[in-house]
Amino acid sequence: MAIRFSFSSLIITAWFLVALFAGILPLQPDAIMLNKILLPPEFHAWLGYDDLGRSIAQRLILGGRTSFLVAMCVVSISFVIGTTVGVMAAWFGGWWDKATVLVIDIFIAFPGILLAIALSGLMGPGIMNAVVALSVVGWVGFARLARAQTLTVKHREHVTAAQALGTDTAGIAIHHILPLIMAPLVIEATFAIAGTVIAEAGLSFLGLGVQAPDPSWGSMIRDGARFMLVAPHMVLAPGMAILLVVLSINLLGDSLRDKMDVRSKD
Amino acid sequence: MLNYLGARLITALIVVFGVMTIVFMLIHIVPGDPVEVMLGESAQAADREALRETLGLNLPLSTQWVNYINGLIHLDLGTSLHTKRPVIDVLTERIPATSLLAGTSILIALMIALPLGMLAAVRKGSIWDRTAMTFSMLGVAIPNFWMGPMLILVFSLWLGWFPVSGNDQFLSLVLPALTLGTALAAILSRMIRASLLEVLNEDYIRAANARGLLPSTVIWKHALKNAALPVVTILGMQLGALLAGAVITETVFSWPGIGQLTIDAIQKRDYPVIQSCVLLISLCYVVVNLLTDLAYAWLDPRISLTE
Repeated sequence: MAIRFSFSSLIITAWFLVALFAGILPLQPDAIMLNKILLPPEFHAWLGYDDLGRSIAQRLILGGRTSFLVAMCVVSISFVIGTTVGVMAAWFGGWWDKATVLVIDIFIAFPGILLAIALSGLMGPGIMNAVVALSVVGWVGFARLARAQTLTVKHREHVTAAQALGTDTAGIAIHHILPLIMAPLVIEATFAIAGTVIAEAGLSFLGLGVQAPDPSWGSMIRDGARFMLVAPHMVLAPGMAILLVVLSINLLGDSLRDKMDVRSKD
Repeated sequence: MLNYLGARLITALIVVFGVMTIVFMLIHIVPGDPVEVMLGESAQAADREALRETLGLNLPLSTQWVNYINGLIHLDLGTSLHTKRPVIDVLTERIPATSLLAGTSILIALMIALPLGMLAAVRKGSIWDRTAMTFSMLGVAIPNFWMGPMLILVFSLWLGWFPVSGNDQFLSLVLPALTLGTALAAILSRMIRASLLEVLNEDYIRAANARGLLPSTVIWKHALKNAALPVVTILGMQLGALLAGAVITETVFSWPGIGQLTIDAIQKRDYPVIQSCVLLISLCYVVVNLLTDLAYAWLDPRISLTE
């Protein structure tokens, strides 16, 4: 486990650094070299060239930045909105809670990224629309979890004490409830990041996310699929990148869960 | 029983209405004028008005909603903007292909996940267990849209066993079903393992072992039957992921089902078709989950139905 954990943290650190420094690296992801079209890996471009003679390694780095930024944006938005809605529903109870549960149930009835596909398709392709579409789908998981967790802690004595002392609702939520329900939410966020990486790549694969010529792992797979017989490295590289990042985040999530012992009750 | 049935049915009905409303709203949340998006900026004002009239977009929102729901109840899903055919006809053409793909994928998933999950649970901690769980981790991390091209690369281009895409012959089904099936199997095998492990710790398993029953009898007759219930629920819930995955997988393999229709419609901005596809897939999912819940309650005597 220790080895697996360090391997996955290595990948995640690399992903993070790529996102941080891709902007200042001397990269030319759109530079077209017609004499190098579809060439396999060589010394100067260790992942080869794509169908327009662009360096796949450089496009992979910028695609990594895109997927990192999208995942962080979407999960942050979903986390804040979902947690707020969930905690409020559980705290106020009554009709407010019933209405929230109903809305959550309705959103969950749309399977997987179907709603995100439809939304970003209707709003028009583009990375900002993809972020909005994924957030519209993403907040539900956090809301459901935050609500369930808040229900289990809202009758604890320290919460009652805080109420008796006249603490306002926001104060109770932030200082007395959130710290207690943070652990499962953080774990949910970890898995949500992995899910968003795949979802963003999926939308870009369908042509709904990142638009050409900007690189994305998903659109690189789509472009590469057309040249698979002559240049399999075009599909292999971005696919491996997604696989490694998602696998690492999931492993990190698993070890976080073991460490925080969230599911010891069931 | 009736109480539970009634409550569950009413919730499902409200959810169905909610889903219909969101699908109805999809066309209205598009920034700007949907008619302008559909026709392009260079369209004549008269054409725009005509389309607005045809779609009923000139009416108040509440009237539009009532009309939409009323249409759905009468199975009138509108007319495709692109082909000018009734959407319901277009959908019914595509349903068999997607059902075939989904059904085969579930079969493949069960054929992989059942033995794998059982083996992993029975031989917990062994090399089998670790192999099975590694497969599961990988399967979750590999997206459909990469698995598909990889399978095409190996089995169609290198080995030449299966056609690359389309739906001309039976063999065309193999690769898309494998793509969806392995993804489902990855999640399912993990769940089967967890569910079986929990059951294997129960007293009645120890009692069965103590009575000297064959280990295979204990696993098949005593453990698996009890472990099956949560697995059935998860299978129902995963059907959603399967159908959403079918949208991408059908695009990869040009499989002529609902998923490909959805993406085609998105590219052609054929709003009524997009709405109907999303609605159909979501309603399928709601109904399957409702049926799973009911089956669960009916099968498991521990669930008190009168409460």
